[in-house]
Amino acid sequence: MILKHSFTTALKGLKNHQSRSILTILGIVIGITAIILVMSIGQGAQDLILQQIKGLGSQTIIIEPGREPEGPSSFTEIFTDSLKQKDVDMLKNPERIQGIKNLTPIVVQIVNTAYENNTTRATVLGASELLAEILEIYPLQGTTFSEDDVKQRANVAVLGSEIKRKLFGPSDAVGEKIKIKGKTFRVLGVLPPKGQVSLFNVDETITIPYTTAQQYLIGTNFFNSIIVQVENEKEIDSIKNNIEQALRESHNIQDPSKDDFHAMTQADVASRVSNVTGILTVLLLSVAAISLVVGGIGIMNIMLVSVFERTREIGLRKSIGATEKDILVQFLLESIILTVIGGIAGIILGALLSFATSLILTKVVSSGWVFVFPVSAALLGIGVATMVGLIFGLYPARQASLKSPIEALRYE
Amino acid sequence: MAFIEAKNLEKNYPDGTQALQGISLSINKGEFTAIMGPSGSGKSTLLHILGFLDIQTKGEYHFEGKTISDYKTDEIARVRNEKMGFIFQAFNLLPKSTVFENVQLPLLYSGVKESLWREMTIKAIEAVGLSHRINHESSKLSGGEKQRAAIARALVNNAEVIFADEPTGNLDSKSGQMIMKTIQKLNEEKGYTVILITHETYTAEHAQRIIRLRDGKIESDELVNGRRRAGDNFIK
Repeated sequence: MILKHSFTTALKGLKNHQSRSILTILGIVIGITAIILVMSIGQGAQDLILQQIKGLGSQTIIIEPGREPEGPSSFTEIFTDSLKQKDVDMLKNPERIQGIKNLTPIVVQIVNTAYENNTTRATVLGASELLAEILEIYPLQGTTFSEDDVKQRANVAVLGSEIKRKLFGPSDAVGEKIKIKGKTFRVLGVLPPKGQVSLFNVDETITIPYTTAQQYLIGTNFFNSIIVQVENEKEIDSIKNNIEQALRESHNIQDPSKDDFHAMTQADVASRVSNVTGILTVLLLSVAAISLVVGGIGIMNIMLVSVFERTREIGLRKSIGATEKDILVQFLLESIILTVIGGIAGIILGALLSFATSLILTKVVSSGWVFVFPVSAALLGIGVATMVGLIFGLYPARQASLKSPIEALRYE
Repeated sequence: MAFIEAKNLEKNYPDGTQALQGISLSINKGEFTAIMGPSGSGKSTLLHILGFLDIQTKGEYHFEGKTISDYKTDEIARVRNEKMGFIFQAFNLLPKSTVFENVQLPLLYSGVKESLWREMTIKAIEAVGLSHRINHESSKLSGGEKQRAAIARALVNNAEVIFADEPTGNLDSKSGQMIMKTIQKLNEEKGYTVILITHETYTAEHAQRIIRLRDGKIESDELVNGRRRAGDNFIK
C-alpha cells in the first residue's frame, strides 16, 4: 500500500476512537511539555546569570574567602575571615604582583536606611574609591567618594537609583543626610539605573568607603571579596595564578587543596554556572523522561487493546489482500501519529507555560530575564515523541500483523 | 488441470480435531458450486484452504495450477487481492466508512493505478445495485444492503472466484433472495466462479452443483436438477 493511503487509513483508525486517543496522548503531552519547560527555563536562567557575570567585565578576578565550591551542594564558607587588609596591601604592591590595574576590597551588609520618614532596606557595599572605575559606573548626579574619604573613614554614601527613589522620591538627594543603621551619612552622589551587575543589583545598593563600613556598620576587619581588575585580559590566568601563589605564601598554605580563599575569573564563573544549570537541567529532564516512558507504556497498552478489538478488521484487510507489512505500517503509523500529535501539543503547551513563567520571573527575579524558546528542545521533543511512538507501537503493530485472516471469517 | 483442484485434503488441528479427512474435488472456471453440510462438517475449513487463508495438513491443493507453497507470504496476499473475492456471513464492513470506501478497500492494497480506482469502485457498486447508497455510512445500511456492499467489495478488483461463506445466514428471506439473485447474476452474466457455503438446502439449490460434506468427508457431489432462480423483482 502506498504510504499516503497507509497514513489516511491510520488517521481514520484514530478518528474512530477520538476521546480514547486524546486521553492516551496526555502522558506524552505532559512529558514533552516538561522537557520544553525545563529546557526553556534552564536556558533562561543560564543566560541571565552569564549576562550578569559579564557585567563585571572580562578583566576582573574575584577573590573570595573559603574554598571554591565544587558543586551545587557544597557552599562557600561565607563567614571565613581569611581576606584582610594585609592581603589588599600585598596585592596593591606592584613588586609582588604585576599587571593589576585596579582593585577594591568589598564588604557587604543588608541594613535599614532612612531619610526623614522614608525607610528602606538596602545592600550596603563597602568598597574603595576605585569601584566606580572597575564597574564603570559613575554617578549621574554628584560625585563618588575619594581616596581621602576612604582613609578618613568618612560617613559618605553613593546611592543606587532605586534606593534614591525610595528615600527621596523625585527630590534632590545630593548633599542630604541619611541614616544607615542609625548612623548619619552624607549623600555624595546618585548612580544611574544599571540593574544587576555580578551578584548585586546596583540600583538597590548604597556604596560607602569600605573602611567606614568595617568600622561603623559591621565591626570586623575582613572582607567578603576582593575585586581585581587586570591591565591586560590575555594575562588574566597567569595573574590569577600569581595572586593565588602570593596569598598562599602570605597565609602560610602549602597544599593548594587547603586554600582558605579562591580566585575566579569571569570564565571560571561562567563555566561553573553552566555546570550547575547543566546538571539541574539534566536532572529535571530525566524526570520528564520518566513521564515519557510512562506515556509510552500507556500508548502501547491502548494500541494492544485496539489491536485486540480490531481483530476482525485486521483479518478482513488481510483476506482482501493486505500484507503483513501493510498491517504493521498501519498500526505503527497510528501510534506514531498519536505520539507526534502529543509531542506537538506538548511543545505548544511548553512554550506557552515557559513564556508565562518568564513573565512571572521577570517581575519576581530580575528584569533581565529573557524568554527563550529552545528550538533544539522542540526538535528534541518531536524526535523523542516519534521514537516513543515507534518503540512502544512496534510490539502491538507486530501482534496485529501476525494475526490470521481466518479470524475475520469466524462469526462471533 | 481444473481451475480449482484438491486431492485428498486433510486438516488436523493441534487439539486433535480432524476437520477434513481426504477431500478431493475439482471445480472449473465459471462454475457455481455450493458446499453444504451441518456445522462441524468441515465446510468452513475447506473454504479457508481453497481461499489460501489456511494450509492443509496433508494432500494437495492447486489454484490455477499452483499450490500455496509456490508463493511467498506477500504473493499470497496479492493472489487473494487480485483473484479471489470473499463474502462473509457477518459482512465485515468497516462500520464508520462509507459504501464507497468499503468497496474501494481492496484497491488500496492492489497494484492498480489510483486514477482507475474511482471508476472501478463505482462499477462494482452499480453491479450490485447499490448506487443510491454509495455515500452512506455502512453501519446505517440494512443487512441486505450491507451484504451487497460486501459483494461489490469482493469483485471490485475483478476477482475470478468468489468465496461466499453463509452469505445469507444473517439475512431475512427476502434480503437473502436478493443476495442469491445478485450472486447468480454475477455468475451467469459476468462469468465469475462462485463457491458458496451454506447449510440451507434452499440456498444451495441456486447453484449448479452441490457438494455435501459430513464429518470432514464428501458425502455426495451432484448437479442440481431444477435449479432455483431468484426472482427478478428483488434488485432495484
